[in-house]
Amino acid sequence: MSIFLEKRAQSSRLLSAMVPLLAIILALLMGAIIIALTGSNPWEAYREMFVGAFGSGYALSETLVKTIPLILCSLGVGIAFRATLWNIGAEGQLYMGAFAAGGIALAFPQGQGWWLIPLMVLASLVGGALWGLIPGLLKAKLNVNEIITSLLLNYVAILWFQYWIYGPWKDPLGYGFPYTAPFGEGAWLPTLAGTRIHLGLAFAVLAAVFLFFLLKSTRVGYEIRIIGENPQAARYAGMNIPGAILLVFAISGGLAGLAGMGEISGVIHRLQPAISPGFGYTAIIIAWLSRFNPWLTIAVSFLFGGLLVGGYSLRAFGLSDSLVLILQGLILFLLLGGDILTRYRLRWKGSRA
Amino acid sequence: MTWDVILATLAAAIKAGTPILYATLGEILAERAGILNLGLEGMMLIGALTGFLICSMTNNPWLGVLAAISSGALLALIHAFLTITLRAQQVVSGLALTMFGMGLSGFIGKVVIGVPIVSYFRPFDFPILSQIPLLGEVFFQQDALVYISYLLIPILSFWIYRTRPGLHMRAVGENPATADAMGISVTGIRYFYTLLGGCLAGLGGAYLSLAYTPVWLENMVAGRGWIAIALVIFASWDPLRALLGSYLFGLVDAVQFRAQALGLAVPSFFLNMTPYVATILVLVFATRQTARRHLGAPTALGIPFAREEKT
Repeated sequence: MSIFLEKRAQSSRLLSAMVPLLAIILALLMGAIIIALTGSNPWEAYREMFVGAFGSGYALSETLVKTIPLILCSLGVGIAFRATLWNIGAEGQLYMGAFAAGGIALAFPQGQGWWLIPLMVLASLVGGALWGLIPGLLKAKLNVNEIITSLLLNYVAILWFQYWIYGPWKDPLGYGFPYTAPFGEGAWLPTLAGTRIHLGLAFAVLAAVFLFFLLKSTRVGYEIRIIGENPQAARYAGMNIPGAILLVFAISGGLAGLAGMGEISGVIHRLQPAISPGFGYTAIIIAWLSRFNPWLTIAVSFLFGGLLVGGYSLRAFGLSDSLVLILQGLILFLLLGGDILTRYRLRWKGSRA
Repeated sequence: MTWDVILATLAAAIKAGTPILYATLGEILAERAGILNLGLEGMMLIGALTGFLICSMTNNPWLGVLAAISSGALLALIHAFLTITLRAQQVVSGLALTMFGMGLSGFIGKVVIGVPIVSYFRPFDFPILSQIPLLGEVFFQQDALVYISYLLIPILSFWIYRTRPGLHMRAVGENPATADAMGISVTGIRYFYTLLGGCLAGLGGAYLSLAYTPVWLENMVAGRGWIAIALVIFASWDPLRALLGSYLFGLVDAVQFRAQALGLAVPSFFLNMTPYVATILVLVFATRQTARRHLGAPTALGIPFAREEKT
């Protein structure tokens, strides 16, 4: 006996709207089994996570803080997806953006001018974009697989970042700890009173608006969509495909770089060896889950921000926050399977239909 | 630099290359049958952890290897079901597999971080062959899993190029519709090689935790799964060239490690980068070569197969 797929007469609209939700619920259920197997109470663990992420004003604000880099990275990964390009390197691009912006902040420790923050923003955009352009160039000019190169560059970027923190930029007054000196307050992004929510949130929303209009109402955006949906047609129409690839990777990397700037300038206020719990990887799921729609990306990022913050409260509960990664993997699996089931029906061979 | 140091470095290169070799071979099999599995990193991590756990419980590294192989296959089964039966996007499924494997190994492995194990794969002199001057010292004073990997190369080469099942596998990867018309089960063959690929990735992971550094550390695979995926292209889907590529990478790894031990003036961060940078360079080179010599990927790689749908 074997399973095979039968095409549905029409893909079920209700199902395709339900799939992401069902995927998340099922993933949580499967995660519960894994928690139970380790001898903990899954219900309590989840309650802990939920309260930690959404249960109070403070929790909500912390979730929003994590949402900011997630939106920016996911938008970047999403626009690449739109052109059927895989940017798995948002993590490294985020670090490179933080490196560039951090370098500026450290160069002007007394800097109070209005120009310092814009300069840091610019530096992070350029830093991330340049790092994104490496896999982009290799793809556009030599057709080198961008999945592998963008991913491997993450390792390189993080080592490069850490070199500066352990080496030339280490705080001489830091008792040997691997930190840079704290940034001057002129290099801090303003925050919402009483919370750690910073101006990066506005950047993220602006970026979503920007991408929405870029894709919808510009020639370049149109080309990106055509290249993604029908590369053959794009080629026949004489579109500049290598140029579009470069542009997409530059935007994608730049947005991730900006996310890095937000983290160091809005939250951490100096450089330290790790500034991201894998925002760049989570972004891949968010981009897929939100079907590359800029508005949905914001909502889904909030959800995953909650998952991250909730994961931290698991530590207090005695569980590893690796659970978050398990849940992310499961959600992606279920989403993939679910997408298919909206278009096909599973049938058992031999069964009468 | 003395002769001894050179030989020791080469021997270390073989050791460092072996986990990648196993994973690369596994991926070659899956891709030859048309299935791209980007979950190597996750399967290797799970293999490394289960191998380590079972070995520390039973004090038998062979049981550890067996567990690692099975767990690799189990993870590959998820990928196989999603991509073959449900015809899901192979890239995304592979990425999900990597995340899942990273998360699960980190979650379960927390209890055994840094715990030492008593029995693991230790190097021993291979009878007679280890006496060969120079070569013996490099190739035949290794551990059992390295010797097995040597055997695997001729076996897999023979299997792929000279046997009927090997022909079927290639047919399924190159032209599944024709293979199907000839009565070959595309689904069955793709499942088989995807699982076999998982087994070998699990074994590669177990090599890390049971022979290379007999200890469990979170994320100890450290990108080797991705390096293996790049090496498949470098190897043009050929086992012997996979061996070459893996040892080349092993050499980069061994040299940078030794350079650190010798206190070379270059900061360790830059030395640690070399395997990743080297892999990217090799990938660029390999892509140009395959394009020039038309040694492309299996034609149907990454494309789900469905018989023509009756509507």
